Amino acid sequence: MITLHHFLFVSIILFGLGVYAVLTRRNAVMVLMGIELILNAANLNFVAFSRYGGLKLDGQMFALFVIILAAAEAAVALAIILNIYQRFNTINVDDVDTLKE
Amino acid sequence: MFLQLFDIIFYFFATVTLISAGIVVFSKNIVRSAFSLVFTFFGIAGLYVLLNADFVAVAQLFVYVGGILVLLLFAVMLTQKISNLQMKITTLHPIIAIILVASLIGVLCGIVRMNDWRIITISEIPQSTAQSIGKALITTHILPFEIISVILLVAIIGAAMLARKSEKKS
Amino acid sequence: MLTDFGRILIFFIVGIIFTAGGLITSWLLRPKRPYPAKLSSYECGEEATGDSRIQFNIRFYIIALIFVVFEVEVVLLFPWALVFKEFGMFAFIEMLIFLFILIVGYMYVWKKKDLEWDVPQPKNW
Repeated sequence: MITLHHFLFVSIILFGLGVYAVLTRRNAVMVLMGIELILNAANLNFVAFSRYGGLKLDGQMFALFVIILAAAEAAVALAIILNIYQRFNTINVDDVDTLKE
Repeated sequence: MFLQLFDIIFYFFATVTLISAGIVVFSKNIVRSAFSLVFTFFGIAGLYVLLNADFVAVAQLFVYVGGILVLLLFAVMLTQKISNLQMKITTLHPIIAIILVASLIGVLCGIVRMNDWRIITISEIPQSTAQSIGKALITTHILPFEIISVILLVAIIGAAMLARKSEKKS
Repeated sequence: MLTDFGRILIFFIVGIIFTAGGLITSWLLRPKRPYPAKLSSYECGEEATGDSRIQFNIRFYIIALIFVVFEVEVVLLFPWALVFKEFGMFAFIEMLIFLFILIVGYMYVWKKKDLEWDVPQPKNW
């Protein structure tokens, strides 16, 4: 019998993997992928609580808005990454540490 | 019998999600990670369907697989030096990161296990949530709905400006 | 008994079986006699040079970005269209405001010539 716990465990492991990607990867695109995993884990929590907590549709609305904001965030973040690449010729987040040229 | 089928489908989608997310995180090749992310998003959409959130599942496939992943692959192709698709160097030592993440997962699992979640069983399962989401968008969630258009406007202007700037430089 | 997504699941399973079955039977039946010329990628008789991954124009990225934003808009149009009849004029005006704000963004990228594809013209025509 699958209950709320199973969905929460899946979401926790997904969150952990996302955090691992953000912590260890130097590539900025890879960091962004980690952030997407974290957002998806949070979304899964929202929908799971919406189903089992009797919140009706509110959790699903939240998840929908998070998905839409993730699209806007990815568009802007990738444009910033492209700009960083043009300027520094690298997208290693450790090498990009100057505030001013 | 129906419940067992539900269990099998849940375990199938959970395995797809977690294994492909593991490949995303641990793969050395960034293009492989990006393609593996497709399966992660797909598995999560399957889990949404199991949770009676069909419209959210469709939106997930639409926006993530159709949109964000295309952008990610574009960024990978535009920023990688052609011979340099491998990425070995890490910010934090992997072992420290694994210890940190494992303890984080342990603490969160402990919290989930210890808590006595109040579960409300729904008697009747709604057929489709798209209609009720449409109703909510027009009535109770009208302000977030309109503000989303402003956010999308800001995103399109800002991102187009940034991308154009880097186009001129190259 | 079978919900809407149950049908999609059956469709999905049949799709997997169909493709996997085709691939496996052809793998079992086909002769395997590889040699270097056969394994090289077919480029209309030309010798393939360089890598398949090249850096392409950043303009493609701008188009993809505009596409994503308007795709999100379409996702929100679907549930609205389902309840449009019920709410009538109010829903119509609400969506009009929503679309108007997004069309401002569309006009911006149009005006800034992000959608135009200037093909480099040869100098001495």
